[in-house]
Amino acid sequence: MSDYKALYQEVILDHNRKPRNYGALEHPSHHAEGRNPLCGDHITVALNLEGENIGAIAFQGESCAICKASASMMTTAVKGKTRADAEEITREFLAMATGKRDLDSLGHIGRLAVFAGVRDLPTRVKCAILPWHTLHAALNSIASTSTEAEEDPMHAPIGDA
Amino acid sequence: MNTSQTILRPAPVFDAQRIRADFPILKLEINGKPLVYLDNAASSQMPQQVIDRLVRYQTTQHANVNRAVHTLSEIATSEFEAARHKLQHFINAREEREVIFTSGTTDSINLVMHGYGRKFIGAGDEIILTTLEHHSNIVPWQMLAEEKGAKLRVVPVNDAGELLIDEYEKLFNERTRFVGVMHVSNALGTINPIRQMIAFAHARGVPVLIDGAQAAPHMQVDVQDLDCDFYAFSGHKLCGPTGIGILYGKAEQLERMQPFKGGGDMILSVTFEKTIYNTIPYKFEAGTPPIAAAIGLGAAVDYLSGIGMDAIAAHEHALLDYATVQMKQMPGVRIIGTARHKSAVLSFTVDGVHPHDVGTLLNQEGIAVRTGHHCAQPVMQRFRVPATSRASFAFYNTMAEVDALIAGIRTVQKVFA
Repeated sequence: MSDYKALYQEVILDHNRKPRNYGALEHPSHHAEGRNPLCGDHITVALNLEGENIGAIAFQGESCAICKASASMMTTAVKGKTRADAEEITREFLAMATGKRDLDSLGHIGRLAVFAGVRDLPTRVKCAILPWHTLHAALNSIASTSTEAEEDPMHAPIGDA
Repeated sequence: MNTSQTILRPAPVFDAQRIRADFPILKLEINGKPLVYLDNAASSQMPQQVIDRLVRYQTTQHANVNRAVHTLSEIATSEFEAARHKLQHFINAREEREVIFTSGTTDSINLVMHGYGRKFIGAGDEIILTTLEHHSNIVPWQMLAEEKGAKLRVVPVNDAGELLIDEYEKLFNERTRFVGVMHVSNALGTINPIRQMIAFAHARGVPVLIDGAQAAPHMQVDVQDLDCDFYAFSGHKLCGPTGIGILYGKAEQLERMQPFKGGGDMILSVTFEKTIYNTIPYKFEAGTPPIAAAIGLGAAVDYLSGIGMDAIAAHEHALLDYATVQMKQMPGVRIIGTARHKSAVLSFTVDGVHPHDVGTLLNQEGIAVRTGHHCAQPVMQRFRVPATSRASFAFYNTMAEVDALIAGIRTVQKVFA
C-alpha cells in the first residue's frame, strides 16, 4: 500500500465523500458541461459572475473520485476570485497535472497540490483536469467541452488514455 | 480381460505454473508486486515460442510475399501460406482460401460491411445486431445504414445479460438482409447461442457474421459446425501479435463480394481501362500483408492447440467459477453479467467507488484489470452503469491470482470506507 499517498490522500477522499458546492444553480450567468468520453465522466459547472467576480459556483455529475474531488476543491478555490484569477489557477492546475511545470513555480496552487501525484498516472490526468476544462468553457461561454475536444482551447495533448 | 476391474485415471491436471514459464512478461513486477494480468479480453500475452518464431522469421526468412522469384521471397510466401493453413485448421474451415488475413476483428468486420454490405444491402433493408455488440460490430453497420438508408434492429438482453431469442426471432421480416452477432460478450462474458441463431437466420435466407474476438482464444471454434457465413477474430487476443486478424468467410459469399481495399496483390491484371481482380483470398488482401504477424499467429495457434482448446476452456471455467463464488460473497460488490453460459469474463462494480478508482488502486497492487465501458456503451446503458471494472482470465492465470484480485478489491473498499 506504498503509493496511496501519491493520489488517494485523505483530503481527496474527503472531498469525494462530501463534495463542496455540489448541486445546481437556479439561473447561472455561465455554465458548461464537460465529458471524458474515455471513461464516461460527466460533470456540469455553473456559476454567477458578478462583475468580474465569481459569486456562486456549483458542480454536479457522475465521475470518479479524482474528478469529483478536483471539482469540489476547484469550486472552493475559485469562489470569490476574479475571472482572471480563476483562469490563472486553471492554467497552473493544468500545468501541474500534466507535469509541465514544477510545483515550486506555481504561485496560486495552494491546497490543490494534493493532485500533483496524478502526473504519474497518465490515464488519470484527464479525470483531474475535466472540471477545470469545464470551468474554462463556462467562463468563456462554451456550452460543452470534452477532454478529447480538438476545438477546446485548453486541449492538452497528453496521449490517449 | 477382467471387466470387473475399473481403471481409475486421474483427470489430467492442468499445470498453469508450467505454462506460465512460457510467458516472460508474467515474471514482471508492477509497483513492487508480482504482475497479476487479468486484462486478457483486451489483449493476451505472448509465449516465448511465438516470440522466437517472430525472431526466426525476421532474422532468417523475411522478404515480401507473392512477388519475386528469389529464395527469401519463396520462403516468406510459403511460411505465410503455411500460417493460413494452420488458421484454417484452427477454426476447421473447409478451404484455405476461406481464410483472409486482416489487421484484426475491426478490419474483418469492416471488410464484410464494404465487401458484402455495400453491394447487397440497400434502402429500406434491415440489419439485425444485438445490445451486447462491441462498437466494432455496431459502427460499421451504422455507417452503412446511413449511407444506404438501411435500418438497424437490435436484439435486447435480460438482466443476466442473455440475448432474448424470442425477440431476436420476432425481428425478422421480409426486409431482413443481414445478422451480426458476437460469439462471446467482451463486457459481460455471455456465450451467445449462435448456432441456433445462425440456423434461424439461414432458414430465412439471411447471412450471419459472427464477431469471434472473445471466443476464438477461449474455446474450440468450428466454423463448419456453426455454419456461419463470416467469423472474425484477432491475433493479439490469441497469444499472437497485434496488427493481424482473420476473416473467415464461406467461399461462395467471398466470391460474390466486392473488394474492400484496392492495390497490389488483389489484382490479376491492371490497365487504365479495366482491372481484373484476383481470386479469393487475395482479392481481399491488397498491399503487403503483415507477414511476420501472420506467421506469428500461426505459431500462436500451434501453441494453443498443443495445450488443447478444451483444456484451456475447462481451466478458465474453473477460474471463473472460483472468482464468481468469492465475489458474490463480498458485500458492496455487484457482478454485471450473470448468464448461465459464460466465458471467463467477470465485470463488476464496487458500491461507492468509480471503476477508474478501482482500476488505479488494483494497479497499485500489481493487478491489471480493464475499467471503463469496454467499447460497449449500449451494454453499460442497459445495465445503468457508466462503466465497470472487468477481470478477464486466460489459461495462464491461477487460483492464487483470483485470491489476489479478491484481496485487492477488499483493499479498495478499505480505502474508500
